[in-house]
Amino acid sequence: MIEAPSTLPTAGARLPRGQALRRGLRANPLLVAGGLLSALIVLIALLAPLLAPFPGDAGSATHPFIVLRPPSAQHWFGTDNVGRDIYSRVLYGARISPLIAVIVLAISCAVGIPLGVAAGYFGGWLDEVIMRVTDIFLAFPPLLLALALAAVLPTSITTVIIVIALTWWPWYTRLIRGQAASVAGRPYIDSCRALGISRWRIIFRHILPNSVTPLIVQVSLDVGGVILTVSALSFLGLGAQDPTPDWGLMVAEGQDYFLTSWWVVTFPGIAILVTAFAFTLLGDGLRDLMDPKRIFLR
Amino acid sequence: MTPPEGAGAAGPPGPEGSVPAAAPAPEGTAPAAAPAPPGAAGPATPAPQGAARAVGPEPEDAARGAPPLLEVTGLAVRFGPVRAVDGVSLRLAVGPFGLGLVGESGSGKSTIGRAVVRLVAAAGGQIRFEGKDVAALRGPALKRYRRAAQIVFQDPDNSLDPRMRIGASISEPLIAHRIVARRLAALRARELLAEVGLDPEFAGRYPHQLSGGQRQRVAIARALSVQPRLLVLDEPTSAIDVKAQARILALIGHLRAARNLAYLLITHNLGIVSELCEQTAVLYLGRVVESGPTSELLSRPAHPYTQALRSAVPEIDMAARRARLVLPGEPPDAASPPPGCVFHPRCPLATDRCATEVPALREVGTGRQVACHRAEEVLAGVRTGARPASG
Amino acid sequence: MRLAITDLEVSFGERRVVNLAELAVGEAEIVGLAGDSGSGKSMTTLAVLGLAHTVGARVSGSIRLDGTELTGLSQREMREVRGRRIAAIFQSPALAFSPVFRVGTIVHRALRLHGMTGAEAAGAAERAMRQVLLPPGLLDRYPSQLSGGQLQRVAIALALALRAEVLLADEPTSALDVTVQAEVLELLRALRDRERMSVLFISHDLAVVAELCDRIAIMQHGSVVEQGPTSQVITAPASAYTADLLASVPRLATGAGR
Repeated sequence: MIEAPSTLPTAGARLPRGQALRRGLRANPLLVAGGLLSALIVLIALLAPLLAPFPGDAGSATHPFIVLRPPSAQHWFGTDNVGRDIYSRVLYGARISPLIAVIVLAISCAVGIPLGVAAGYFGGWLDEVIMRVTDIFLAFPPLLLALALAAVLPTSITTVIIVIALTWWPWYTRLIRGQAASVAGRPYIDSCRALGISRWRIIFRHILPNSVTPLIVQVSLDVGGVILTVSALSFLGLGAQDPTPDWGLMVAEGQDYFLTSWWVVTFPGIAILVTAFAFTLLGDGLRDLMDPKRIFLR
Repeated sequence: MTPPEGAGAAGPPGPEGSVPAAAPAPEGTAPAAAPAPPGAAGPATPAPQGAARAVGPEPEDAARGAPPLLEVTGLAVRFGPVRAVDGVSLRLAVGPFGLGLVGESGSGKSTIGRAVVRLVAAAGGQIRFEGKDVAALRGPALKRYRRAAQIVFQDPDNSLDPRMRIGASISEPLIAHRIVARRLAALRARELLAEVGLDPEFAGRYPHQLSGGQRQRVAIARALSVQPRLLVLDEPTSAIDVKAQARILALIGHLRAARNLAYLLITHNLGIVSELCEQTAVLYLGRVVESGPTSELLSRPAHPYTQALRSAVPEIDMAARRARLVLPGEPPDAASPPPGCVFHPRCPLATDRCATEVPALREVGTGRQVACHRAEEVLAGVRTGARPASG
Repeated sequence: MRLAITDLEVSFGERRVVNLAELAVGEAEIVGLAGDSGSGKSMTTLAVLGLAHTVGARVSGSIRLDGTELTGLSQREMREVRGRRIAAIFQSPALAFSPVFRVGTIVHRALRLHGMTGAEAAGAAERAMRQVLLPPGLLDRYPSQLSGGQLQRVAIALALALRAEVLLADEPTSALDVTVQAEVLELLRALRDRERMSVLFISHDLAVVAELCDRIAIMQHGSVVEQGPTSQVITAPASAYTADLLASVPRLATGAGR
């Protein structure tokens, strides 16, 4: 009665880990592209002092005689309204916006995932309480909340991080809660309960891994969104202040000169675009990698 | 695979006093499924007198004196206003023994199975496993019960975690209950795979790489890992194709003998219970309408619904075919059951009495119970005014 | 022969999943197509309906409906045929009815799509519902308010209202309770006898096929391994595979228990 494994048209039995990884990567160009690009951005952030031709320009240096110069051999991205090298500032900016985004999203996940899983798995009154609190926070538009808090908190990057995280975590809670509730209803969870597996084991080994996949994609898409929100707050004067080379701030500051000096806005703008794009690709690739079915069907 | 012995009326149960060929003993663990005590590989104490008698083994085997493995009395389960299970009593002897629970959608059969393994709470009645009230179990006693009574679900597509490899899924309960040391769990999982008839190489695969029938067997292996004495099989053969069905049924028969298993076989297909269950209970809208030894129930039904169910099973054997009894209408809404006998709107034999008076479950012949005012006529083979089918 | 399939091949790239030499359904006849999963039964259905390309498969061979060759038709021409001349019902009736519309709306729309006026459609729908023994009032309900058996019968009613000559039934009763299944099978028999409909009944359940069908074809790995009148195939199977399948079907033991 022994049955040999059938020859289904899928990847074979367990491959050694390295081989499986390599095969996964080869089958997943999105992941590779996104991963490389994101890694590049991180690298730039780390090496900015070495790469920037005018490191001082990322700080409070001003050069009144080369104000608003177009891109040239000396200043690849041109100079801004106080004569700072935009290229250097963009490079240094890689340390700021993405970092803020990462911290904000990390906080949102740290809060959102446990609350979402708890609400989805336990249901009942816990679910009600958590979801109502979530609804309250969802009702706040980030900018209005920021203005309100700006009245009491000092304007700084920390404030920005707190404000955005406060408005971001509810989305993740909702997302995870929906997934967790759906997973919790599946027969294999019932089977775990019937087998006497402890609820914590069920949550960490079954509910959590099966619920977070949509979050990974969402997070990567949100990197760009957070960066834009940061720049909106910076524009309102509530976040990073001049001379911090925050990309959003640079775009906001360069608005007034856009028609005559397009480079002041464009290069930081492209930086935001490329960064958001890179992390989105990475997220898509990760999602594919984490879905056992999809990767084998390629 | 030899068919289970003693699947008839007071037939002889498994070989007396034999130590069954148990599953390979797990290393270094407390004894889990003790082999059946000699002479008790079968039926149980006489059912108590009185109105609500349980479906169970025949009274003449009372002399053996072993208590039933599982005794359900007056079980009621409610989901909001709906009475999914409304006063059901059953009895399962110590293994090897099979009780068939037959019914269609809305009959409450799956709910009963889930209540037995404590996945849903009972609103009324009692479930006793080896004499102890299941609902009252807590802590370590509950954990022990979870090992003794297991369930296999009907949906092979969702009964395994899609992110876990097969071997890990089977090892999980072993590790959680510390049945074997962690490093030996993988080996034990492979042994279990072999026991259910799958190549141990499957341990490295993911569920989506297996067919429905294979996944069903993995689910069985997972349930068996904790060495249960009672197995609830909820529609084990729906959703898989014919040859896989046959293999699953053969597997159940094999496990029954090898592990002295007692099982509750829940199905809508009467064709399955005849091979694997000594006793069968027929359910309709949360109540038992008929119960008794399977072969008798099938050959001489005492309830019109059983007759219709029996008649509805497609027969390949041309000689066995008979005119179809086609039941009009649909099963009623469980939230508002009809008055009197819940079956009367569709019953070809319904009288005025049936519309007002709920028939009690009463005895009609040795070990057989029926809830029908006109059971004697049905037993006598009265054919009904139902539309006989053409062809 | 109303429906005649000859040398049908369905392939996914290099992989051929159906290799049917010959299969035919005559007037007032129910032909069963039985086999395990993976035998190619469902792909055959899709091919006959001209829908194989939607899953990426290529079709070659001949499918003749009352003399009309279907394989060469354009999608627009196929749309005329589908529903009107060949109707189909599937395993999950709920999938055939969009949950946001009342069942009657969908039926009416389908009838009008095939050329009936509003009044004609209403009349045809009502007549058809009675033929499947359902009260026409059920057409006002949403799919979620009907049971699986009822939905399946509405699907059959639609085929009737369109006066389809051929009905393809792909596992229509697998998801239904056994007594409801009996009703649907009874209905199919009535369709054959009263309306002289041709039915191609596809199922893995050999017992159902044996009970219902006049002729049976057994499929394995995409080809028909055996074909003939039911009584012959069941009692004297010519192929080992058929014999094996037959042996797997659980029998009801009604005599003295085993």
